[in-house]
Amino acid sequence: MRHIISLLMENEAGALSRVVGLFSARGYNIESLTVAVTEDPSLSRMTLVTNGSDEVIEQITKQLNKLIDVVKLLELTDGPHIERELLLVKVKAATNPQKAEITRLAAIFGGRVIDVSPLSYTVEITGGENKLEAFIKAFGSDNILETVRSGVSAISRGERGLQI
Amino acid sequence: MELTGAEVIARFLGDEGVEYLFGYPGGAVLHIYDALYKQDKVKHILVRHEQAATHAADGYARSTGRPGVVLVTSGPGATNAVTGIATAYMDSIPMVIITGQVPTKLIGNDAFQEVDTVGITRPCVKHNFLVKDVNELALTLKKAFYIATTGRPGPVVVDVPKDVTAQRTRYSYPDKVSLRSYNPVTRGHTGQVKRALKMLLAAKRPIFYTGGGVILDNAAQNLTELARLLRIPVTNTSMGLGGFPASDPLFVGMLGMHGTYEANMAMSRCDVMLAVGARFDDRVTGNIEKFAPQAKIIHIDIDPSSISKNVKVDIPIVGGVNAVLHDLLKMAQDAGSAGDVESLDKWWEQIGQWRERECLHYEQGPERIKPQYVIETLFKVTKGDAYVASDVGQHQMWAAQFYRFDKPRRWVNSGGLGTMGFGLPAAMGIQFAHPGEMVACIVGDGGIQMNIQELSTCLQYRLPLKIILINNGYLGMVRQWQEFFYDERYSQTLVESQPDFVKLAEAYGHVGMRVTDPAEVESALKSAFAMKDRLVLIDFVVEPTENVYPMVPAGAGLEEMLLL
Repeated sequence: MRHIISLLMENEAGALSRVVGLFSARGYNIESLTVAVTEDPSLSRMTLVTNGSDEVIEQITKQLNKLIDVVKLLELTDGPHIERELLLVKVKAATNPQKAEITRLAAIFGGRVIDVSPLSYTVEITGGENKLEAFIKAFGSDNILETVRSGVSAISRGERGLQI
Repeated sequence: MELTGAEVIARFLGDEGVEYLFGYPGGAVLHIYDALYKQDKVKHILVRHEQAATHAADGYARSTGRPGVVLVTSGPGATNAVTGIATAYMDSIPMVIITGQVPTKLIGNDAFQEVDTVGITRPCVKHNFLVKDVNELALTLKKAFYIATTGRPGPVVVDVPKDVTAQRTRYSYPDKVSLRSYNPVTRGHTGQVKRALKMLLAAKRPIFYTGGGVILDNAAQNLTELARLLRIPVTNTSMGLGGFPASDPLFVGMLGMHGTYEANMAMSRCDVMLAVGARFDDRVTGNIEKFAPQAKIIHIDIDPSSISKNVKVDIPIVGGVNAVLHDLLKMAQDAGSAGDVESLDKWWEQIGQWRERECLHYEQGPERIKPQYVIETLFKVTKGDAYVASDVGQHQMWAAQFYRFDKPRRWVNSGGLGTMGFGLPAAMGIQFAHPGEMVACIVGDGGIQMNIQELSTCLQYRLPLKIILINNGYLGMVRQWQEFFYDERYSQTLVESQPDFVKLAEAYGHVGMRVTDPAEVESALKSAFAMKDRLVLIDFVVEPTENVYPMVPAGAGLEEMLLL
């Protein structure tokens, strides 16, 4: 089953590699991983998407908590939460009908064209995984020149949260 | 007061109460060695290989409970230390390893003797640090000692670039440290402890399965009292030997791959298991599908990630082993119940029948020396009162089976990683910590050659170790597996050319003896231990193809053990 784990960790060199090293050493999956500094510059926040049985997830959270650099951990999929991912897609846009179609599709999915060149458009879109996948599918792989996804960022709804 | 980084390290170690520093100098640590030269609080022990420095510090730590401390140079100094660091990590031994590093501005440039020490050691340390600012050096060292010795102990590496050891800073000893991300628990949850006691008192076929955590947390006393109060059989892992007196009738021996018949049968048939400071290692459980099928399991451990990792547990208790056992003992005393006496009587009757199999039985004939006989005789000659360091292999299992440990911290072996070459340097560390005590180092002819150079260190510091060499001319444990599971294809396990170990001992300035006659085993051991100030190596030429029994084959359940 898919799980989203959020971590607050010391914003120090090496902290990220401890987490990544743990996953490879113990054979856990990482579907996506995002990390950046928080409003408190001594902390970074990581969002990790992984999958596994309940036992595996229990081990993952225990092992992560054991890392000295991990300050706090929250399994977001335990409760209501919001997740978003940013997708940038560069698509062929050589003809006017192509350009019109791209603009139309972007609008349907709530995306925007953010760069234009003589032969291509770049579109940005945010959303959950399903939406991004549907968007990519809608263009068709023949038309896509390049895609980049940010990985999932997520936050819990309401009172529950990841603070120290 | 203003000190250089090197002086900070020397001063800090003294202030921290470090008695011995096991190490080997090199370019990146020259400033530190110079600072050590100018002080006399910390005694530096010059080993002959960095791996031995780590094992010696490890032996010191295991036999005292205090952290072992190591100093090595950058590059090969650090990589040579890795085996010893990994050994300590697997067995949760508190150690602090200071490694030299190339100057900060050269890091990442493939400088001479540069390796990414923090990267290389990351998977085999509890934590590690690279100190880039001399002002953080003392506090980082304090953190290293704090992390290494608290919670589930383990090795911590502090990597110090050479320029940091030359820079100056104000020094004051940091007596306290706190880390917002690291707060190990101590007490167990009272409700869980109550539930555990209730389950134990209702048990019909209970067993205590205890491991290295009992030794590490100095919990032998509380464990022993609790087992005696409830009249529950106790089995130990190889890491846990000495955590419960082997001479106590409640002791059923070691369990697992080479455990006793009674211990493995009792584990398989128990209805309630109290696991204490043990981690359900594959060498202990055998085939996990067949492990203790009827048991309700209570597990006490300081490390939550050890609980329900391999085996699902019914009552987890996260906490310091000693504190939890203390609470459990108090509650049991207050409850005043002796449990289900009738069922316990039946259980003990059953265990008595298993014991009658005499699974450790062997015959010592007049011709060839049996390795088991050497260990039994060693036990007799030392009255069970020696510190015993073992290497890894068949001799290690015989030592675990036949030297009966009544006290904790007397038995030192590489349980988790199984590091050949561990025995001799570990014995050195023990002897430094316990001058004047008997230290026996049980080794095979394979493993002793993996750190044989330390005989030179032993001479320099006059360490009167007694090296019990179980010489069968084979890499015996592997040979045994080849005999059982590879149709006797002895691929690369016959060591066809051996040194003359007696002459080798003499060449290093020690006493060497060779014993081939069973009748001379006891007298040789007696005369060796009578030489109180000399290292004596006794080359016991033993039955070459003796096997370790009982044995649970890989993939089999504990009940499916091979008996002789």
